[in-house]
Amino acid sequence: MSITQEMPEQPADERIHNFEEVALGYTEEQAMLEAERCLECKTPKCVEGCPVNIDIPGFVSKMKEGNFEEAIGVIKKTNTLPAVCGRVCPQEEQCEKLCILGKKSEPISIGRLERFCADREREAGVKDPVVAESTGKKVAIVGTGPAGLTAASDLAKAGHSVTMFEALHEAGGVLIYGIPEFRLPKAIVKEEVEYIMKLGAELKVDYVIGRIKTLDQLEDEFDAVFLGTGAGLPKFMGIEGENLNGVYSANEFLTRVNLMKAYRFPESDTPIKRGSHVIVVGGGNVAMDAARSARRLGADEVSIVYRRSDEELPARREEIEHAKEEGIIFRLLNNPVRILEGENMSVNGVECIKMELGEPDESGRRRPVAVEGSEHVIDADIVIIAIGTSPNPIIFDGSKGLEVTPWGTIVVNEAGVTSLEGVCAGGDAVTGAATVISAMGAGKQAAETINDYLSK
Amino acid sequence: MAYKIVEKRQLVPDVHLMNIEAPDVAAAAKPGQFIILRIDEEGERIPLTIADYDVDEGFVTIIFQEMGKTTKQLAKMAAGDELQDFVGPLGKASEIEKIGTVVLVGGGVGIAPVYPQARAYREIGNKVISIIGARNESLLILEGEMKAVSDELLVATDDGSKGHHGFVTDLVKELLDGDEKIDRIVAIGPPIMMRAVAGVTDPYDVETIVSLNPIMVDGTGMCGGCRVNIGGETKFACVDGPEFNAKDVDFNLLMSRLSLYRKEEMESLDTYKKGCGDDCKCQ
Repeated sequence: MSITQEMPEQPADERIHNFEEVALGYTEEQAMLEAERCLECKTPKCVEGCPVNIDIPGFVSKMKEGNFEEAIGVIKKTNTLPAVCGRVCPQEEQCEKLCILGKKSEPISIGRLERFCADREREAGVKDPVVAESTGKKVAIVGTGPAGLTAASDLAKAGHSVTMFEALHEAGGVLIYGIPEFRLPKAIVKEEVEYIMKLGAELKVDYVIGRIKTLDQLEDEFDAVFLGTGAGLPKFMGIEGENLNGVYSANEFLTRVNLMKAYRFPESDTPIKRGSHVIVVGGGNVAMDAARSARRLGADEVSIVYRRSDEELPARREEIEHAKEEGIIFRLLNNPVRILEGENMSVNGVECIKMELGEPDESGRRRPVAVEGSEHVIDADIVIIAIGTSPNPIIFDGSKGLEVTPWGTIVVNEAGVTSLEGVCAGGDAVTGAATVISAMGAGKQAAETINDYLSK
Repeated sequence: MAYKIVEKRQLVPDVHLMNIEAPDVAAAAKPGQFIILRIDEEGERIPLTIADYDVDEGFVTIIFQEMGKTTKQLAKMAAGDELQDFVGPLGKASEIEKIGTVVLVGGGVGIAPVYPQARAYREIGNKVISIIGARNESLLILEGEMKAVSDELLVATDDGSKGHHGFVTDLVKELLDGDEKIDRIVAIGPPIMMRAVAGVTDPYDVETIVSLNPIMVDGTGMCGGCRVNIGGETKFACVDGPEFNAKDVDFNLLMSRLSLYRKEEMESLDTYKKGCGDDCKCQ
């Protein structure tokens, strides 16, 4: 059995000096060879693993014929953001995990093939889609992250008049402000957003629901509302020194770098502190993105400080490997206890304590326990806190009746319906911080629900 | 999206007023709230307190002082030009209720955000005593406007060129030592002035509100860049504020965090000046 085609990448010693994309994508020859490996199962497991159920054997068989135009057509029937998903989905836990070839050999690189088709189409110039006949119904989408964009595109395709409200000055949510350019070029996100607008959806940026208008007002003005407001409120640790100069939330650090292009300062106006010793607290994808960005901003030493061990790191394996190749140091089983103050109330180091893993907790993961007397200081001038986020409550300001959990997430039923009639929600706003593709799945589900509701 | 500058005037040297066409923001705006603007594609997002708004005409008034790159670039724009982004209203509105006698203190460009509050306090029947201050008479803004919405207007200048010779805090203390019962003080201006007002009012048991101006990025609570220490607790000024009780504010932390990018701010301004040409007034 032939093995999978590896994707060319920028070498680590080069890429740490730029923000250009690390993974370079398949050549046509590679894409064809990889597509050939697919067995085109009669009951394809891979499709079950895809949260938006792309007809994977369907598009791969078109690729085998060299018909990339039809291949992307198959993908776009169920997925409006293929260039994004092909890049950032954790395929190893989804479609590729269930690929039958993976049992004895390596699974098909479905993500890379999806990416190839999307990139190929974009390079050739995306054709304008046919706009659906209007149903006369108005739907408001609050938030333009992966959930909102997916819901918006499906509802626009169904012929509803869709208006997307975005608080920031660009649409895309975490795709724009969170995931760095070197993993997901922003020009790609922009084009995918433009495609959704070509389907007939309207976009209002600089528009903060909860401030300009309340949710109650939206309910009056629209026939249905989808809340895809994400989990954008950063968590801090609550330790001493957390407000010192040089301590960032990962959200702030990444927003400055990605959305505001601070890595191009002073050509772009937004500054960022470039440290020589950077500590990133946390072990998820956001922590990897922050660490790798700090490295590219010229830090001599960047460390990940994580309280569990390598096995429990929540980030994608691929991102962890990329980070290691780029010289990021992993200080595992380590937890910050306070941030030390230097001159002018700025960071001068982090005092950490060693941890060991005890019994599993209610989440099934082994609980880290501090080793008494193991405190030690790590040099640092920048500290980035990447220990997670929770939903931002600003959306609820001035609105009544939306049921939320004690953690601030919106309560929905399995169809995505909230406690308010005609209001659906999905993505991180419901689940807390999760993945791009699960948010897209939720957006898709909510769009179906809204469509049914509006057809009654 | 683009937001048209419908009017621009210089109030005093380096301080400008702009009316920006933003009907949705104007319709929702309340005293105490702020906006974030971005001039162009390469621009940064800067917060400015709302100085006034006209719902019928659909514009929001901002007043700003030329300090660094972005405000200097903004100052060179004229009526008819457009801003790339203008987001708001942001932050919590001031809690304006009928309580009796309110003293409103504005320092420098801080007089601008005090103005809509003075008007709102007066409209619902409070007695409004306003104290405005500047380094000298030629830098004093909105005197006529403030007079029109105040029962009493007191002026202080550092050099004595107008009104009281000294700081606004001297006038605050005089009022507190006087016979009249003061029910609330609102002070807005540079952090050093607000800290001084907080110091003066502290022994008097009069509620004192200040409006904090930390560095902000998004202004919607998603980054914590604007975090401040209020009574030992971390708060985000953009969503929990910008107004807080003066006695709870850690002004030293605020001022230190405000100085974080001083070096970068100088670099940005220098780069801008170099690209501006010799005849430019920002040189």
